Amino acid sequence: MATNSNFEKYKSNGTLLGNLLEWVDARFPATSMWKAHLSEYYAPKNFNFWYYFGSLALLVLVIQIVTGIFLAMNYKPDATLNAAGLPVAFASVSYIMNDVDWGWLIRYMHSTGASAFFIVVYLHMFRGLLYGSYRKPRELIWVFGILIFLCLMAEAFMGYLLPWGQMSYWGAQVIVNLFSAIPLVGEPLSLWIRGDFVIGDATLNRFFAFHIVAVPLALIGLVVAHLLALHEVGSNNPDGIEIKKITNEKGIPLDGIPFHPYYTVKDIAGVAVFLALFSIVVFFLPEGGGYFLEYNNFFPADPMKTPEHIAPVWYFTPFYSMLRAMVWNFFGLDAKFWGVVAMGGGVVILAFLPWIDRSPAKSIRYRGPIYKTLLTIFVFGFLILGFLGMQAPGYYFFGYKTAMAADGKTILFDLRNYLFSGGLIAQVFTVYYFLFFLTMPWWSKIDKCKPVPERVTWK
Amino acid sequence: MQTCTGKGDLEMKTMHTLKILFSAILFAVPVFVVGSTAALASEKLHLDLAPDVSGDKAALQNGARLFVNYCLSCHGASALRYNRLQELGLTEAQILENLMFTTDKIGDPMTVAMTPADAKKWFGVAPPDLSLAARARASADGSGSDWLYTYLRSFYRDETRPTGWNNVVFANVGMPHILFDLQGEQTLGADGKLQPAASGTLSAADYDKQVADLVGFLTWMSEPQAKFRERLGAGVLIFLVLLFGFAYALKKEYWKDVH
Repeated sequence: MATNSNFEKYKSNGTLLGNLLEWVDARFPATSMWKAHLSEYYAPKNFNFWYYFGSLALLVLVIQIVTGIFLAMNYKPDATLNAAGLPVAFASVSYIMNDVDWGWLIRYMHSTGASAFFIVVYLHMFRGLLYGSYRKPRELIWVFGILIFLCLMAEAFMGYLLPWGQMSYWGAQVIVNLFSAIPLVGEPLSLWIRGDFVIGDATLNRFFAFHIVAVPLALIGLVVAHLLALHEVGSNNPDGIEIKKITNEKGIPLDGIPFHPYYTVKDIAGVAVFLALFSIVVFFLPEGGGYFLEYNNFFPADPMKTPEHIAPVWYFTPFYSMLRAMVWNFFGLDAKFWGVVAMGGGVVILAFLPWIDRSPAKSIRYRGPIYKTLLTIFVFGFLILGFLGMQAPGYYFFGYKTAMAADGKTILFDLRNYLFSGGLIAQVFTVYYFLFFLTMPWWSKIDKCKPVPERVTWK
Repeated sequence: MQTCTGKGDLEMKTMHTLKILFSAILFAVPVFVVGSTAALASEKLHLDLAPDVSGDKAALQNGARLFVNYCLSCHGASALRYNRLQELGLTEAQILENLMFTTDKIGDPMTVAMTPADAKKWFGVAPPDLSLAARARASADGSGSDWLYTYLRSFYRDETRPTGWNNVVFANVGMPHILFDLQGEQTLGADGKLQPAASGTLSAADYDKQVADLVGFLTWMSEPQAKFRERLGAGVLIFLVLLFGFAYALKKEYWKDVH
């Protein structure tokens, strides 16, 4: 149903526009594509709140591309200092803010869009966990999705260098240095990535090229693949059942409704709500309390001045916490290397979900107590990891200070030294994060699922 | 093994799970906040709240005057062009006559005459450009304006420093107390509190008022369109609320046949 040429060609009704469409349709699958992907793409009728975030992610992608084009017209990827002693790249961002017509709005949309992208994508991914959207036959949709997430991380990381502020510079320095922890090839690899011994003009130029051309191209290609794969097998739904199993005499799923107009009009309402929240940030809280635009990044990059605390932007912090949680030199390899493995593994392990989940039911509605409990802890742990990734090392909850002997050096034995220790809690939740996936084949199989209905339900 | 449950029961259980999930998240947030603020409480730098003069054109004009007279000889504000000061209610002629000493073109940015290299040679460190100072100085301790307001009132005599000045907020600061003739001198008491030692031309209250104006100007300068941004935002939000109303009605209309 979803291939391009299976639909009948358009026959003109004799009007000028009709003739034109017939002419086009004889040469291009316009009607076919419209029908296959919109007007005759049958989506389950019971989509709920969680199903807005796919189309919203597409909207944010468009916002980022359009605002990015206009930013690129005025931004200069140049690390040399101008007459006022400011890096040209940094000054060009100020120029966009103060001198380019509507430049401030375009820039705030882009900077807020970066955070919005991750919020929307995290919620979109969580939807997959709730309803088992990654399960057969949607494995490839999920794998493409993880690749999109990886591209998005690369895109955000390289884009963050471009304003050439202190956090841009030192964040990139820290992350690129991580590659040097890889045995044998690490040092030359990080040198190759930077194009210099430190983050410099060469790095800025290549990150700019990757940020505005290479990664977006890959991203768009993957999004197309993600959608084609989705439309090939059809959407999952909150009940986690296949609507294609029960169809009418024409082969149309009884629980399906055409995506257009039903979900296009529904998504417009979702878009209005999203844009309202987005606008509250853009117009009233553009710095997002220091989380969307870090305060320290209003200082120009200074290679001679290392900031006291280098924190990545919030959307990287759960994985950054996993990196910092690795403090053991396993197998004689530097802990930093295992940190990189944990950080990368934390993302890559998601790609295996379709094969490690063996539950008879897809949707959380019919899954047993084990999944519900473990998923709740998983979400809680992921948020804690995210929070801890923003804190300086040696963080303690509740403002607790390590219990010391009177000499101020000897650490006393005190349970609170462990219970409140951010470092220890990050390690616990990092281990939990990986165990959640590694043991899933076992516990997902023995979980007591409820019977799954034949038809979708309204909840 | 699978157990059988009725539909109502299923619904309840699902709701129950979601409730647990969300309450876990909701409980987590205050824990984070309490945890983080408590951690900072001990190390937190005390900042005085900068008076908000953002709506007071006269105060901002006075701030601009102070900035040009006291700061602009060493610190640039290269992101801002002189003609932008018209937004503070000044005319082009007023700007040309009273505020422009380093250039004669109204469209030029507010830069300093000395080069950064010379400045570094003379002062040890080049005085930073102040275009974004009010945003860069924000932290968990307070807003950037609060930091600047406290900083400019916290200089004290310290003969161990090359300039003879030090600062409570910015330890071993490179800059001497430029507003010294206005404020007079302070010394740091053994209790870590600042005490007046010699009076300047202004009373303490008047000095605070002048610094508030200067900080107000620095804050305005860090984002001159901030007020317009908020006004526009209100309009955009009203539009989006209306759009949602129509979109929701449209959705209702289309979906009335879906059961």
